[in-house]
Amino acid sequence: MNITLNGKQKDLPSPCTLTQILNELQLPAESIVIEVNGSIIQPDAYDETRLAEGDQVEIIRFVGGG
Amino acid sequence: MLFVNEHAVPFPRDRTLTIGELASLHKPGADIFIRNGHPVDPETLLEDGDHCSLIRRGEIPPPDELEFLLASRHTPGIHARIKKGCIGILGLGGLGSTVAGAMAKIGIGKMLISDYDRVEPSNLNRQHYFIDQIGMMKTRALKDNLLRMNPSLSLQLIEKRLREADLADLFGQVDVLVECFDDPAMKAATLRSVLTQMPGVAYVGSSGMAGYGENNQIRTRMVRPGIYIVGDETSAAQPGQGLMAPRVGIAAHHQANQALRLLLGVDPGRLSDQ
Repeated sequence: MNITLNGKQKDLPSPCTLTQILNELQLPAESIVIEVNGSIIQPDAYDETRLAEGDQVEIIRFVGGG
Repeated sequence: MLFVNEHAVPFPRDRTLTIGELASLHKPGADIFIRNGHPVDPETLLEDGDHCSLIRRGEIPPPDELEFLLASRHTPGIHARIKKGCIGILGLGGLGSTVAGAMAKIGIGKMLISDYDRVEPSNLNRQHYFIDQIGMMKTRALKDNLLRMNPSLSLQLIEKRLREADLADLFGQVDVLVECFDDPAMKAATLRSVLTQMPGVAYVGSSGMAGYGENNQIRTRMVRPGIYIVGDETSAAQPGQGLMAPRVGIAAHHQANQALRLLLGVDPGRLSDQ
């Protein structure tokens, strides 16, 4: 299925949960913020949240240091 | 009217007046003359409505003049507006202590400063503390430093180790929340909390400022109105790539200037994103 990730088209296997997309992108779940179709998803829902065709996903990733 | 160290005096109608002549009337011995935020020569002619600061070099001014003189190089009109502002700073390390210093210098009205940790020697390559403060709580050491710059500042110290669930209760009333944590999990937690629980609070976060990479890789990115992230979003603090004052300071001053722009309403805040 096709989704938009940070403004770009991305092809994903279906079904795909947020945990699976994070694994594929090699992003650590604890240091990212995810929004699907304008709503922030809480981390404890990443395993159950499945993406659908046409979903708009924004992921912001933080690196350490300050 | 003319404004002389904040006091209003009549503007003469029947003759010209230089700033040097004004000084001999109101501050004899002044040797620094500032007109509308900019230093000028004593022969400079004044115009109706000018704001003048007159300083005797080396003199600590009396309290009623001090606050005004601290702002004499500000862009005119700024000081009164930021004096009403309230900022929260999460983490008082290389970013947070530097942001706090910049905001104190320009006369922010109130700051909530938060850190659970103490000053130790490895902090001093980038953090706004001194050798004689090693062992002190960062909140208290920073408070001492900030009040030495600006005695009018109102400070609230928060010394608990913060979790995501604490943030909205403690910081939900600030105008701008500046995220200066070291830990990327708390950085993400702060953005999540601001977006879901603090609808009126503007946010300036941080990600990526380690090492001595190029200056111009550090930037301020607007994520949506009132939500900004500063850094290169790549350079993590890790073995082989440390945190040092020059580059951390670039990021910190991006954060401070962005907080200022939000306070002044130059950049749109959260409530414009409805």
